[in-house]
Amino acid sequence: MAEKSGADILIEALSDLGVEVIFGYPGGAVLPIYDAIFKQKKIRHILVRHEQAATHAAEGYARSTGKPGVVLVTSGPGATNAVTGITDALMDSIPMVVITGQVPSHLIGSDAFQEADTVGITRHCTKHNYLVKDPAQLGSVIHEAFHIATSGRPGPVVIDIPKDVQIATARYTKSGPIQHKTYRPQVKADKSLIESAVEMLAAAERPVFYTGGGVINSGPGASQLLRELAKITGAPVTSTLMGLGAFPASSDQWLGMLGMHGTYEANYTMNQADLIIAIGARFDDRVTGRLDAFAPHARKIHIDIDRSSMNKTVRVDLPIVADVGHALEDMIRIWKARQHPKPDLSEWWRRIEGWRAVKCLDFPEDSNEIMPQRAIRALWEATRDQAPIITTEVGQHQMWAAQHFHFESPNKWLTSGGLGTMGYGLPAAIGAQLGNPGALVIDIAGEASIQMNIQELATATQYRLPVKIFILNNEYMGMVRQWQELTYSSRYSESYSDALPDFVKLGEAYGWKGIRIEGNDQLDDGIAAMLAHDGPVIVDCRVAKLANCFPMIPSGAAHTDMLLQSAEVSGEMDDEAKALV
Amino acid sequence: MHIKEEKAERHTLAVIVDNEPGILARIAGLFTARGYNIESLTVSEITSDKAVSRITIVTSASPATLEQIVAQLDRLVPVHKVHDLTAEGDHVERELALVKVAGTGDHRIEALRLADVYRARVVDATTSSFVFEVTGSTEKIDKFIELMGEVGLIEVARTGIVAISRGKEAA
Repeated sequence: MAEKSGADILIEALSDLGVEVIFGYPGGAVLPIYDAIFKQKKIRHILVRHEQAATHAAEGYARSTGKPGVVLVTSGPGATNAVTGITDALMDSIPMVVITGQVPSHLIGSDAFQEADTVGITRHCTKHNYLVKDPAQLGSVIHEAFHIATSGRPGPVVIDIPKDVQIATARYTKSGPIQHKTYRPQVKADKSLIESAVEMLAAAERPVFYTGGGVINSGPGASQLLRELAKITGAPVTSTLMGLGAFPASSDQWLGMLGMHGTYEANYTMNQADLIIAIGARFDDRVTGRLDAFAPHARKIHIDIDRSSMNKTVRVDLPIVADVGHALEDMIRIWKARQHPKPDLSEWWRRIEGWRAVKCLDFPEDSNEIMPQRAIRALWEATRDQAPIITTEVGQHQMWAAQHFHFESPNKWLTSGGLGTMGYGLPAAIGAQLGNPGALVIDIAGEASIQMNIQELATATQYRLPVKIFILNNEYMGMVRQWQELTYSSRYSESYSDALPDFVKLGEAYGWKGIRIEGNDQLDDGIAAMLAHDGPVIVDCRVAKLANCFPMIPSGAAHTDMLLQSAEVSGEMDDEAKALV
Repeated sequence: MHIKEEKAERHTLAVIVDNEPGILARIAGLFTARGYNIESLTVSEITSDKAVSRITIVTSASPATLEQIVAQLDRLVPVHKVHDLTAEGDHVERELALVKVAGTGDHRIEALRLADVYRARVVDATTSSFVFEVTGSTEKIDKFIELMGEVGLIEVARTGIVAISRGKEAA
């Protein structure tokens, strides 16, 4: 068998792994790989305008298709620019493989031009990383990297390839199924644990399913199984930010999102439950609020594929290390085999209805200004029949979208949950559009966040991607301002978005259609015009400047200490509260 | 406001790892990144093909944090197994130190006499100095070094703790 260059081995291995799209940016240390890309037709390369955007685009592609996202960047600044997106993928468990070029082997450690210690820098923001020093190892490393990125708890894997290794030749043989000698994630739970979980669920008087991104990562089958388990048990379902869409928002068992900006009913249900079944969720601080007041009456079952998620912040009574889909399937089978009747939860539901009656997501309407919540609802009403893919940036608009845009199926909601990366939404929308060419993809943005990767307007133009950006423009870093109102007596330190560009003209300069919406009477027409345009559209929707996002559990407060309206937000907090994130 | 500290227990962990580049940085970095502390860390290859290393880590943490440390170590890709030797039962811990002492006359004679008591071996000698090799528990070595301080201690090199479970089973 003839030898191939490292670059050709890379492309062939990626092709063998079913990779169709790479998001990347060329540079000196990856020129051999770019030449190999030039000479083939199987893999499509998408040229972004900044390496961070390549990583978010790969995340958007991965989250919306279930396939791993692939990134190719050069050494030094190419790699360091990718670090934010790599960390984002680690925090949100997104399968991603990042190929970084490196200076030639003999120059490593010499502070060569565009040299950075990529494996050192990315060691703790990847699930695993490699420096490949021998082209003969390259093929097996790439196959192993995809195995690690996509199995168990998914995450980003970096492969750093020195330039000489891209040029040197070796033989490549396609790897068979990988039996890794140390990495063996547990996907099936012990039967006895599942039986205990079923018994606890059957005996519970006030159960609640608390679901997370793990349900979505486990694949569409897991979402179906969750629906079935909810149906046969009759228990209410709430979800983290990352898990939205796994359970249909139209179900009468749906409580909405829980946590800091979750619904009153979701948080009270968690607080008063006698059994919490956490499924693919990790008891994040945004979810639990004050730990010593979190779900004080509940026994807790935790199903997660990552053992280190167990008992990390909240002690649980029954940890079950398993893939969510497998565990749900086993629970349903055992529940049915034991012929458990559907429990009578009518008293529990009566209480939940009482919390629902608070109507915590209601907001004060204003005839002069567009309330941001109204804008999101109008967008949802206008697009719900098309089951759009929604991406977001980070801040108030993100929380309003999570509260007021409703999802019926998984892989439609792409947001930066764990890391909270402003600038995620536009590149993620580009990635999602590439993975779902026929879908309606909308980035719900804020005027501050959108500027963090605004250069990607050009990427959408180049590849004729009809993504839509819907900016809720309140001229503030709204969430920062909201916290300043809550904690620092409204001293708005650096949170005003001054010197804003004209987003309509900016869009037009990049070949986009620009639309401005300035009043309630323009809202529906503006959205209709956005949807009617067969191409990318940027919408500058001017909304009430000082609207705040409620409900809100202040950092370090209990689920029962929710703020429901603006009047409760003011003043100064003590140092203990200020120290919380 | 003041920073609060948790009550800590001292545990000895044995971590069996693939001997690949960067593994020590991965483990040490995990401890710093997550705010765990390392009191002692030793590492050496333990198979004839040099493919596997054993890392012995002594750490102090609350019981909940210790559970996390084990789980976090275990999820690193090149890690085969993690054993909390302190939690799993009886085990033996040993440390080796090389202790350089310089002096003449009574100091020199006293140093030799103490070394004999502590079963320290002389591994280097000149007319005005000794290097002792002493093994044992950390407490024993601490005490030996403290005593040498009174008879001309110059320099100390210690290995840190290695540990293994008692009985016929592997950890």
